[in-house]
Amino acid sequence: MSQVDITAESGHAGLMEDSPYGIPSGKLAMWCFVISDAVTFSAVLFAYGYLRIGSPDWSTPFQFSPTILNGIGMTFILLSSSLTMLAAVEAVKAGRKSAGFGWLCATALLGALFAALHLVEWGRMIDEGWRLFQNPLGGSVHFGAAFFSITGLHLLHVVGGVCALAVIAVGYRRGGYNSIDVEVAGIYWHFVDLVWMFVFPLVYLMNVQ
Amino acid sequence: MSEAAHQHAEPTGFIRKYIFSVDHKVIGLQYIGLGIVAVVLGMILSWLMRLHLGWSTLAIPGLEKLSPAGAPGNVMTPEYYLSLMTMHGTLMVFFVLTNVPFAGFGNYFLPIQVGAPDMAFPRMNMMSFWVTFTAFLVLIAAFFVPGGPPLSGWTAYAPLSAVGQDAGPGEGWGQTLWALSIAIFCVAQLLGALNFIATTLDLRTKGMSLARMPFSTWAWFITSVIGLLAFAVLLPACVLLILDRTAGTSFFIPGGLVISDRLQAHTGGSPLLWQHLFWFFGHPEVYIAILPAIGIVSHILPAFLRRPLLGPRVLISCLAAIGFLSYMVWGHHMFVSGMNPFSAILFSVPTLVITIPATIATLLWIGSVYGARIRFTCASLFCLGFISVFISGGISGFFLAQPSIDTYLHATYFVVAHFHFVMGVAAIFGMFAGIYFWLPKMVGRMMNETLGKIHFWFTFVGVYCIFMPMHYLGLAGNVRRYAAFTDDYLAPLIPVHQFITIAALITGAAQFIFLFNLVWSRFRGPKATENPWQATSLEWSTTSPPPFDNFGGRQLVVHQEPYLYGVEGSAGDYVMQTSPETVEAR
Repeated sequence: MSQVDITAESGHAGLMEDSPYGIPSGKLAMWCFVISDAVTFSAVLFAYGYLRIGSPDWSTPFQFSPTILNGIGMTFILLSSSLTMLAAVEAVKAGRKSAGFGWLCATALLGALFAALHLVEWGRMIDEGWRLFQNPLGGSVHFGAAFFSITGLHLLHVVGGVCALAVIAVGYRRGGYNSIDVEVAGIYWHFVDLVWMFVFPLVYLMNVQ
Repeated sequence: MSEAAHQHAEPTGFIRKYIFSVDHKVIGLQYIGLGIVAVVLGMILSWLMRLHLGWSTLAIPGLEKLSPAGAPGNVMTPEYYLSLMTMHGTLMVFFVLTNVPFAGFGNYFLPIQVGAPDMAFPRMNMMSFWVTFTAFLVLIAAFFVPGGPPLSGWTAYAPLSAVGQDAGPGEGWGQTLWALSIAIFCVAQLLGALNFIATTLDLRTKGMSLARMPFSTWAWFITSVIGLLAFAVLLPACVLLILDRTAGTSFFIPGGLVISDRLQAHTGGSPLLWQHLFWFFGHPEVYIAILPAIGIVSHILPAFLRRPLLGPRVLISCLAAIGFLSYMVWGHHMFVSGMNPFSAILFSVPTLVITIPATIATLLWIGSVYGARIRFTCASLFCLGFISVFISGGISGFFLAQPSIDTYLHATYFVVAHFHFVMGVAAIFGMFAGIYFWLPKMVGRMMNETLGKIHFWFTFVGVYCIFMPMHYLGLAGNVRRYAAFTDDYLAPLIPVHQFITIAALITGAAQFIFLFNLVWSRFRGPKATENPWQATSLEWSTTSPPPFDNFGGRQLVVHQEPYLYGVEGSAGDYVMQTSPETVEAR
């Protein structure tokens, strides 16, 4: 029953020391999460590199069409979704509610499209006989393990992000979430995009025939 | 994400107040309570192991009931010994050494010490405790599945941990539950670390600049930064381990492996990859265990020396340096792993460098104690005991940091002695100091000092009787992780093992004095005043125990450095952090 309002949004009203970064706690926590998550991706990518270097029979199965072409499409879609996210943040900062809602929905849709293309890609590879533990080309079995676990981890982030964006978009329109929440979601979304910029060259382009 | 420290009314129902509470104080006590359950369990496991090491044919009544296959005729099999060792290590490292000094005391006192009404994200805080609790239940479940608990130690070295049932009785369900439990634990620690960082940076009351934060707050803050990065690596490592065990991948399993006369279906993986990922987490984890204890001891000592510690800024810099360097030394756990021998030097040098900040911190404590008129209470005795065991355990670290010496000592009891002193016992002493010092604040009653001092002397002498002889065992070549030493060149060492076992039984039994004292004082102890130790930091500027919002609606303003002892103040020889009086420069 504190008499003191110290919500993150109130800027502490002079009763607290200023945050050294001058940002709301939610944003700070998201930045910390992003750092931690980046370490998680680094660990998985490290494992991939470690096993790849140790496998003399590494397979490089991807051809320009359809895999890389599809990957370029996915990259384009994900980068576009970062742009729409930027537009959403700008709109909610300016208080333009319906524009903000629209851009958030566009971002979520582009994310869903990315996930759909990704699943098509997975389906094609599974049809060809790729498994977590199986290589139809007879080379190192780690290819499937690395490919599905790394892209799977990223896909999990995309799907989680799409769900979060949908919830925030609806909540923002109803007034349950404010512009800071949208911005925090944006930090996460740009991070997911940035991770793909590592995953695409390392997992796709390095494995072209 | 906007729940940051918003006002919440005090709940009235039992469940919201004591079970699913968002109050950081209740959550802190929940962590400490879970830690006490885990430490008692872990200690009983160590008794069982010690009895077996001393008298390998001894029947322990009731053991067969717990595990018919693991202890036929009440005598444990070598495999069951390894199961107990794994559970002892996992319980102690994760659920005691990480939970109590960091999550337990940190949750309770970090917000109070910076003058905040609660953590930055109270609901996330509650979630992190209950996720931890889930991890605990999943781990304990390993006792009751077919095959029992895993055999691979708290480090879960692959391929033993990765290949499944063929590798031994506990390597089926037990090991999978272990990996799942640790993965869940990582999630809880990440949530906790986010909360600690946001609270420390954003919720400091007026005047509580970073430089005025107590050592304990600094230690919790630095620890949460370490945890944020370390558990982020263990989490995917555990997931990959689970994939190896259940989905047929071969991340950690090499080809051509024959176990229990069966060729394993895996190819091409690397057991060293697990060690790299594990120790990249595992070494920082050592500091996650010890830094909060260092912070707690540095916080408590000045109140009983009645003078500030020497070089407070230097001490905080040392903690930060230890935290930073902790990420560069993981390979010193792998000198005998078959890793490229040239890389051993790469890890040996930073390992020796990390002893520099640790030594500086130790010298600052000793220099501060030197010539002080110490008030001998249970809390200060455990602080002094901490310094003693930290030095004893630290010195053997200088030896182990040399790859050539470590090659001989690595798989022996020398290492067991080293890490139990410097990480286990030292952190436990920090916890005891914390409980004797803060229990009056947490429950509003003083602990019995006489019982506490008896407890201290039994514990202090006891741990030296247990772990000092282990150095000799190690130098004599006594390998670790063996269930018995009845044959060959190790047989003459059995009397030493028997001595250690007796010491462990007595020291462990003495802990029940502490538990009795804890329970008795909770209900019958004399009422504690607001500031029974004449200490200066913010937790002593509120009632014992503190009200729901910590300061009863007041917003404290901080005017002073955290440790103004031995000065002319209006209250005596100290000046509280909240006191606006002018203090003459010392």
